Amino acid sequence: MKGIYRMNKNVKNGINIFLFLLPGLALFIGVLIAPIFMSFRYSLHDMSLLDPLSKENFIGLKNYVKLFTSGSIPFPKALLNSLLLAALSVFIQLPLSLGLALLLGKGMKGERGFLSVFFMPVLISTIIIGQLWLKIYNPDYGLLTRALWALHILPEGKLIQWLGDEKIALASAFVPILWQYVGYHMLLMYAGVKGVSVDLREAAMLDGATDGQINRYIVIPSIKPIIKVSVIFAVTGSLKSYDLIKVLTDGGPFHATEVPTTVMINQLILRNKAGMGSTIAVMLIVLCFFFAMVINRAFRRED
Amino acid sequence: MAKDSKNAKKSPMTIDDYYIKKTNPVIKVIIYIALAFWLLVNLFPLYWMFTFSLKSNEEIYGKNVAGLPHEWHWEFYEAAMNRVDMIKLFANSIIVAVLTIAITIIVSLMATYALTRLKWKGRTLVNSFFMLGLTIPLHAALVPLYKAIKVVGIFDSMWALIIPYSAFSLAMGILISTGFMGEIPMDLDEAARIDGCGVWGTFIRIIVPLMTPALATIGIYTFLQCWNEFLFASTYTSSFKTIPVGIQQFFGQHTTDWGVVGAALCIATFPTLLIYIFLSRRIQESFMAGAIKG
Repeated sequence: MKGIYRMNKNVKNGINIFLFLLPGLALFIGVLIAPIFMSFRYSLHDMSLLDPLSKENFIGLKNYVKLFTSGSIPFPKALLNSLLLAALSVFIQLPLSLGLALLLGKGMKGERGFLSVFFMPVLISTIIIGQLWLKIYNPDYGLLTRALWALHILPEGKLIQWLGDEKIALASAFVPILWQYVGYHMLLMYAGVKGVSVDLREAAMLDGATDGQINRYIVIPSIKPIIKVSVIFAVTGSLKSYDLIKVLTDGGPFHATEVPTTVMINQLILRNKAGMGSTIAVMLIVLCFFFAMVINRAFRRED
Repeated sequence: MAKDSKNAKKSPMTIDDYYIKKTNPVIKVIIYIALAFWLLVNLFPLYWMFTFSLKSNEEIYGKNVAGLPHEWHWEFYEAAMNRVDMIKLFANSIIVAVLTIAITIIVSLMATYALTRLKWKGRTLVNSFFMLGLTIPLHAALVPLYKAIKVVGIFDSMWALIIPYSAFSLAMGILISTGFMGEIPMDLDEAARIDGCGVWGTFIRIIVPLMTPALATIGIYTFLQCWNEFLFASTYTSSFKTIPVGIQQFFGQHTTDWGVVGAALCIATFPTLLIYIFLSRRIQESFMAGAIKG
């Protein structure tokens, strides 16, 4: 008797657990996990967006080969560009964020005010920021050209195609990205800096350590996990970058600012090549996981 | 002033006070100049956007590039409202955000309850399965979801955005809920069980009411994810436009009327910034809670 009662209870318990998990699992598997496998399957086919999959359009790994060898798909260039953006983010943006976080995190007058303003661009839609910077970069009437004229850095009347010149377009596109996301990483790091034990700081200070030494030997080592997260976000974010590039240059001029996602959308929407679009999506997933893993490893080895 | 010094006397010196005292005044000035410079870098583009939204093209193209407008053309705002249906864009974005937040909260609370309060084999495994969601980029699902949305027939409806957004916010929702739920003592569950509450009763009557602080955090985090999203929003809809998509399409057509363009940008930006001014601390804390635990 007791055994049956217990079994019933277990079954009931199991059903309850299942019911609690059901909405989450359905959403998660249906919208995230299954599509990843589907993307991989699509990438092995030559298909348009609304084709059903059939045996005839199976082409194996040809899409992957084409991605790197065909001259008409600017994927290698796009990949290189996104890696360049990643490098710029890690070596320019993150040090700037860290600097601000260390300055604000050590406690000073107006700390909250500075923090709030520095974080503000993160909340503004990337599309709006892109449109605003289009105006700033306008070769004739933009703020940048006019400011350079006024400061006599640029002879008055000289126009620079900030986003239209192949040589400088990518650098120009990077500045708004930097502008928007410095505050994002700063806030992450600031939370870490504030979490450093007060006793530890105090002890170091009583021993006569300077601010620089405290930052170098106490604060930075203890916020390493957060710096790691920031580096991962910066690199994977650069690989995935889309919105700002789309608004500012849409990959142009002459593919100078192409990133993987602009190529993907181009293949998908304009050329109706769902197979090739999926191939780029799969490459992005693989690259994001790969870089996250490498960065994790690199930080672990340092310890 | 008097009040300040009184407070300072009362409270013992904190570590921050030591710091401020110890820092060399010259260095302190340099630090403030650096911070003020960065403040200017952050605020000036927004100030400029606001001023050119009120200027005629002659002023913008002429000598008055960065100053306050000589003539304040408020009518550009009316023109912007007429040319882009801003109210519609806001309504669309709000309904998408509200429903996404609601679904994310309900689903992640339920999942977290099963994962942390009920004991069963394999729950850590299922938890790490969900945590995969933290690193999966939206791109991974773009094409298959497009097909699915077409097949199901929700293309160009709000559900074409709400369902993907909720799914992609779920992992963070569970992560945040796990942190908050861990702080509720298990004794409460046992007491409720002894009083005859089933698992559902315990969940609804005991756990959910105690999770209100978590709701704000999840809500704000989810809002930040979906309010400005562009990739899905521009692919899965055509006439149901959210703010970023509507703004982007508007500028595809109008690029020469700077004043009207500026006015549209300001209308789309300032409500968000206004909310931020009032809730800045809360928003920053939610952001940090989400990101640090992740």
